[in-house]
Amino acid sequence: MLGLLLLRSEDYAWIRRLALAVALAEFAISLLLPWSFNPNAAGFQFEELHVWIPQPPIHYHLGVDGISLFLVLLTTLLTPLSILASWDSIRERQKGFFISLLVLETGVIGVFVSLDLFLFFLFWEVMLIPMYFLIGIWGHERRIYAALKFILYTMFGSILMLIAIVWLYRMSAEARAPTFDIPQIQMLLANGNLALSRKTETWLFAAFFLAFAIKVPLFPLHTWLPDAHTEAPTAGSVILAGVLLKMGTYGMLRFCLPMFPEASRRFAPAIAVLAIIGIVYGALVAMVQTDLKRLVAYSSVSHLGFVVLGIFAFHAISIEGSIYQMLNHGITTGALFLAVGMLYDRRHTHLIHEFGGLATPLPALAALYLFSCLASAGLPMLNGFVGEFLILAGTFQRHAAWASWAALGMILSSVYLLWSYQKVFFGGVTEARNQALPDLNRRERGILFVLAAFMLWMGIGPSYFTHRMEASTQAVLQLMQRPQAYNAGRMNTRDIIGMNPGSVGTAAMPVAATGSGAPARGSLPVNSR
Amino acid sequence: MFPPLQDLYRIAPELVLCGFGLVIMLLAPVVPRAKQGVLTALAIGGAGLALGATQLPMWYPGPAYSGVFRADDYSLFVHWIVCGVAVLAILGSARYLHRESYDAGEFCALILFATAGMGVMAGAQELVTAFIGLEMSSISSYILASYKRDAPRSNEAAMKYFLLGSFATAFFLYGVALTYGATGTTRLDLMAKSSSAPADTLLKLGLGFIFVGLAFKVAAAPFQFWTPDVYEGAPAPVTALLSTGPKAAAFALLLRILANVEAAGALWFWALWAAAALSMFAGNLAALVQTSVKRMLAYSSIAHAGYILAAIAAAAATEQYESGIAAALFYLVTYALVKLGAFLIVAQLGGAGERHMEIEDFAGLARRQPAMAACLSLFLLSLLGLPVTAGFLGKFYVFNAALETNQSALIWLAVLLGLNSVIAAYYYLRVIVVMYMREPKQEIIAEPVPWTLSLALWIASAGTVYAGLFPARIIGFAAKAALNLR
Repeated sequence: MLGLLLLRSEDYAWIRRLALAVALAEFAISLLLPWSFNPNAAGFQFEELHVWIPQPPIHYHLGVDGISLFLVLLTTLLTPLSILASWDSIRERQKGFFISLLVLETGVIGVFVSLDLFLFFLFWEVMLIPMYFLIGIWGHERRIYAALKFILYTMFGSILMLIAIVWLYRMSAEARAPTFDIPQIQMLLANGNLALSRKTETWLFAAFFLAFAIKVPLFPLHTWLPDAHTEAPTAGSVILAGVLLKMGTYGMLRFCLPMFPEASRRFAPAIAVLAIIGIVYGALVAMVQTDLKRLVAYSSVSHLGFVVLGIFAFHAISIEGSIYQMLNHGITTGALFLAVGMLYDRRHTHLIHEFGGLATPLPALAALYLFSCLASAGLPMLNGFVGEFLILAGTFQRHAAWASWAALGMILSSVYLLWSYQKVFFGGVTEARNQALPDLNRRERGILFVLAAFMLWMGIGPSYFTHRMEASTQAVLQLMQRPQAYNAGRMNTRDIIGMNPGSVGTAAMPVAATGSGAPARGSLPVNSR
Repeated sequence: MFPPLQDLYRIAPELVLCGFGLVIMLLAPVVPRAKQGVLTALAIGGAGLALGATQLPMWYPGPAYSGVFRADDYSLFVHWIVCGVAVLAILGSARYLHRESYDAGEFCALILFATAGMGVMAGAQELVTAFIGLEMSSISSYILASYKRDAPRSNEAAMKYFLLGSFATAFFLYGVALTYGATGTTRLDLMAKSSSAPADTLLKLGLGFIFVGLAFKVAAAPFQFWTPDVYEGAPAPVTALLSTGPKAAAFALLLRILANVEAAGALWFWALWAAAALSMFAGNLAALVQTSVKRMLAYSSIAHAGYILAAIAAAAATEQYESGIAAALFYLVTYALVKLGAFLIVAQLGGAGERHMEIEDFAGLARRQPAMAACLSLFLLSLLGLPVTAGFLGKFYVFNAALETNQSALIWLAVLLGLNSVIAAYYYLRVIVVMYMREPKQEIIAEPVPWTLSLALWIASAGTVYAGLFPARIIGFAAKAALNLR
């Protein structure tokens, strides 16, 4: 299905063309996915299953569903664009750069399509190294610091996730069905064959969630992001913001919710508060940035807060909105980073006060930048609006207060985006040397036009996308919504285990179990679409 | 009386190693200095032949010499490690010896003898035999550590190693004597049967002493203080050998005692746990502040001893010790490949007299010698435990074994291990940063890489990737070896 290509290129002059060709080919292949994707099926499609390591049973198991489908497409779209964006700006060690970029793409796609926990973790870690090199070798002044911070943060989270993965495997082995297979584990958990105690579930949830929260990044864990984004080369920032951050939210949606529904429910208020703090705080901090790239980086913190909020509102509409917003953010923020990178190519600075009145020398860039800004700020008819609207609409039905606070973020985002736009592009040209800057060439224009077209398409025709997400979203919620089966399963195992204490214990157990199950069921989001 | 032929088959690798060692010793005075390559070639051939000779015990498994030695899958597995280490170490040091104008004959012969000793430790089923193996490998390594005769650091290293090593062997020997007093036998399989009173103070004391002796040999905290000095002072190829082979053999002996003597599991569990936790932190925290690559790798090997001890603690915690032992064996393979490769690279890059050992000296290596930089990065990433490399699966199996026991003490140990991998990431990545992202401060002329070394490095890196991608056969065999250990 998806060829996981590892490219080796020797010929110096042809490297970038070859890299582009490979990336484009991969994009073309991935276009076949939505073509033949069956939007009504909830499960995974295009599955590929081979035994990799027989003991413990680790499989090379790939497949996509409505959640991962477009994320894969986003990756394959952004990679050729970032290769194009680095066409001239990377002058040193081109081969290494493009190889890193393609390996990165492989890793990210692997994360989105792997259906085996072990394989998932493998890709999750593997993609760190090319990113590390991208930031560390081709980045800006404080690149080494940023690269180390990025990798140490992520590793800290992921090593705990690895322990959780092994733990989950051990639990499944004790339930006599040893497996790393994600659908299988979800099934075991859903039908109660694999029952986690409250404490275990909490720990497992915490370990997975921490890894994802660092990646997203959720509010108190976000400090690696501005550094990594600011120091990374343009292509690195685009992939980092466009795709890598989505791995965190994707993980939450794929693992935290369906596997640990009770813990998710229990922690949802706390997570929502953090997400809202992230939204507002990210926006406020973005407002006072003097560095354009840092500003866009903080806007990511804010936007990803929306995504997390939508996921943890447990409403079909808000979750769909979250997936949609992941795509939006990838495209708009990608475009913003690309545009900032184009400015950097001309002036070698990101500082806002160095610019001013750039609309005069750079009309095309100004127009496209404005377009992306408006999309990011959530102007109706553009993509950002759809995503944020869905999230807020869904969240509002559950928790009106959450949605109201989050809406504040939307207002703030237009403030900082338009404010910075005004400072950079409007007015007279403040610096004499900015007068003579060349406008976008055809390559640069092409890159931004492609993304702008997507923004428009996703803004006016969202149903093409949401239609394909629907079934999978419902499936996630359904996996969450089985408190009866879930508790019943736990009851059964407790019965079996509790045989020896005598009948008193077993008699008391069902009462307790149903007692704890009933309120949970009552407060559950019964989706009404 | 001549021993029965089958017994000879069962110790065939040791015989080959010793035989070649003796031949090299005899030839050394008559071979002219210019043609020392012959001796190295002979030694490589000998070690390789020993590796091949492991087939013989495989065909004739069972106890040899009235039960003091045992040829089984387990000893076979460890033999592969130690013989493989010997082959790679000699391959990697061929050019080094020439550069430093050291005597090749003695050097190679000592490596072969040490390897034979390790082989004996791996197969010994009787404590006095194990002691002989321990001495054989130790005494050879003392001399090897001091091979830079005119360098004070090397002499200091050898002296330290010798004094502390003797203490450790004394501890071990005391332990053997006491266990003999408690059980009336030095044979492990008989000890298993006669362990009528596991609470016996004498037995406890004896096992405690044995543990201390072996913990010293594997450089586990709090018995690790000699390690950085010795590893730094010894010639780098010797360090490559010291940090892998003897360690594997000592771990092998530890595991065999653990599997056979029932009292050991209960008694050692907390000692193993504490040693594992301490070694991880002692190694990793100290490695953080090192400026010399060689010394950093020395500290990192302490940390890795801790990881292996974690797997052994998991084995000690339950009746089903197989997965713990298999994890430890697998880890030993991955660790040996990687550590050996890393030290050999350091030996090459150090230049004549090992001058360039500072991390800063590696700046810009990616431009100067891209292949070496890539190789070293691979090894460092494997030590760090990144997927696709062997080190990741090694850690994965340790986690698996620890969590399988379902005991909170071991789950916490796994968490500590996880935290330590993150600490370790900092210093491993720092070397990669310097190699790839910094410009060199002074001009260092790259020495050409001899083909012997490149061959050794190719084998090590291919092994690292192979074990990282297709571990099934290795872990399968390790599990089988662990099963018929008793």
